[in-house]
Amino acid sequence: MLSNIDLLMDSPFTNAQLLLDGLLIGALFALSAYGLALVWGVMNVKNLAQGDFVIMGGYIAVVFAQNGIHPIIALPIAAIVMFGFGWLLYITIIKRVIERDLFTSLLATFGIAIVLAQGMNLIFGPDVRVAESGFETLVLFDGNVTVSEAKLAAFLLAALLATGLITFMKKSRMGQAIRATAQDARAAKVMGIDTEKVYAFTFSLNAAICGAAGVLIAMVWVIQPFFGITHSIRSFVIVTAAGFGNLPGVIMAGLGLGAMEQFSGFVLGAEFQQATVVGVLIGVLIWRQVQQSKHRQVVE
Amino acid sequence: MMNKYTLYGITLAVGIFGPLMFPAYITQFTVLWLMVVFSLTWDIMGGQMGYNSLGNILFFGIGMYVCAIVQVGLYYNVGEYTAYSGAVKVNFTPDQYFTGLALGTVAAAIVSSLIAVIFGWIVFGLRGPYFAIGTLGVAIAAGELIGAWDYVGGGGGMSLPLFPGDSDGTAFNYVAMFTLAIATFLFLKWLYASRFSLAINAIRDDEEKAEGMGIQTKRYKTVAWSISAFFLGISGAIFGNMTGFIEPLEVAFPTVTFGIFMVLMALLGGKGTLWGPIIGAVLFHVIKEFTWTVLLGWQWIALGALIVVNVVFFQQGLVGWMQERWPEKFGIEVDTQLGVNENPSETVT
Repeated sequence: MLSNIDLLMDSPFTNAQLLLDGLLIGALFALSAYGLALVWGVMNVKNLAQGDFVIMGGYIAVVFAQNGIHPIIALPIAAIVMFGFGWLLYITIIKRVIERDLFTSLLATFGIAIVLAQGMNLIFGPDVRVAESGFETLVLFDGNVTVSEAKLAAFLLAALLATGLITFMKKSRMGQAIRATAQDARAAKVMGIDTEKVYAFTFSLNAAICGAAGVLIAMVWVIQPFFGITHSIRSFVIVTAAGFGNLPGVIMAGLGLGAMEQFSGFVLGAEFQQATVVGVLIGVLIWRQVQQSKHRQVVE
Repeated sequence: MMNKYTLYGITLAVGIFGPLMFPAYITQFTVLWLMVVFSLTWDIMGGQMGYNSLGNILFFGIGMYVCAIVQVGLYYNVGEYTAYSGAVKVNFTPDQYFTGLALGTVAAAIVSSLIAVIFGWIVFGLRGPYFAIGTLGVAIAAGELIGAWDYVGGGGGMSLPLFPGDSDGTAFNYVAMFTLAIATFLFLKWLYASRFSLAINAIRDDEEKAEGMGIQTKRYKTVAWSISAFFLGISGAIFGNMTGFIEPLEVAFPTVTFGIFMVLMALLGGKGTLWGPIIGAVLFHVIKEFTWTVLLGWQWIALGALIVVNVVFFQQGLVGWMQERWPEKFGIEVDTQLGVNENPSETVT
């Protein structure tokens, strides 16, 4: 472990490599975290099935790739399929938990997460899968730093998606309605916004975002039916650190988490990846608590 | 309606005569009582205090490992024991075995409670979803960290001392687990009739107000959690000795099996009641044992679906539903449920 740190100290290129890999993958974490922030902020549903939506999107890409279709083509399709799936989930289950107390949504989505993970395990088996995209690897700095084009493409697509989303939220009628509902659902209702529809749309949009993120993750990384919970925790870490309604914060936290995971994976070993995510979570939670206790003292 | 003595009678009869009549199923009965302990301890937090922990399994695993380390460590070097599993000739005399077991169980209970206090400091400033996700994270991480700790055998696990003598210890473990379940029940029955339960119920109903009324909420929350941890630690110690071999992911920190079962059982029976978790545990265990193998891989999906249906459509649980349906049969209990206790002098079961 210490020797790994020494290695990092000696080699600036390894640092650059890890940082680059981390940032590229972190953008994808930020994407699904943005979806969680949306659902959480607008309808106050803490979706623990977030990561399983991601993995579902990933499997759509894997199925496409297996049939010889490039996974990027799967991107819009996964988004549409997941949008429909989200809508279905909303009208069957989520609709009934919005008005209920805090833990109802948490436990209900936890149940959904189990069903989804186990269902994917039944269909695809527990093997680790990847969607072959056939991209080359770019070599920078005389072969010291390598970037797979797939990661670069995924990063650009994620950025594109995020830009599209922001524009949608700012300009479109629906985006405005979503923001209005997030600010004050009752006032929005009085103003004639069909909040029920807004909720349904928000949840479906979240599923679509996750599906798209999943396609990209399957392209550049690996997926497995039970990886969902780690992705959910990642999203929670990012949203908790950044707060919802804070898009730049979500992006920064996402990139930061990605980089942190890469570095800790290098220093501690890959088997600590999940533990790292959780460690970061606990760190963020403690930090939040310190912040809040400061806030309390100010109030007193 | 059944009065409580009938329920006591049934419980005791099942506990004593069940394994005598069906000795082949004695392990099943042990697990049944384990489930009862699980759901009772989960309910202290989830039901009575309104803090839904998804990671209570942490204390089960910690108890298991602490007990194992004490049992082996009293007489051998644990690191060598796990490194050359089977190669080091270990032979525990009955004296050594029972001393180790007793000390191990005590240590398991104490360490679990202490860890609950430490983690309580971290997670109890967290409310709502942060609490649930934080505890879930801690439990997942614990399994991984233990898996990387070579001293206790890492992911390969370690085996526990064999039960001395000719018997394989199933009867002994059964009695231990049954006693633990009874002790947990009696302790909680006493606890729920005390001021303590009023305080934690107040936290559930409105934490800010409870704090405003001068209840030291954080202290109550930490104590409640360490009570959970205390009994869970002991149950882990017993279960570890029952299986004879412990390993971090499947046996000690099974977040997706036992960890979820405890939530589901308490919800099924009716959280926030004394008998609800017990009824839920018995019901769940019986259904699970009969259907698990028939469902062929679909059981996990059924489990998740059951949680969803339970939470969304049937949140009050079985006992809660019975209380709504036949309030008069429960007498005073319905009043406490509604929060208007007209006759507070009567004790509540």
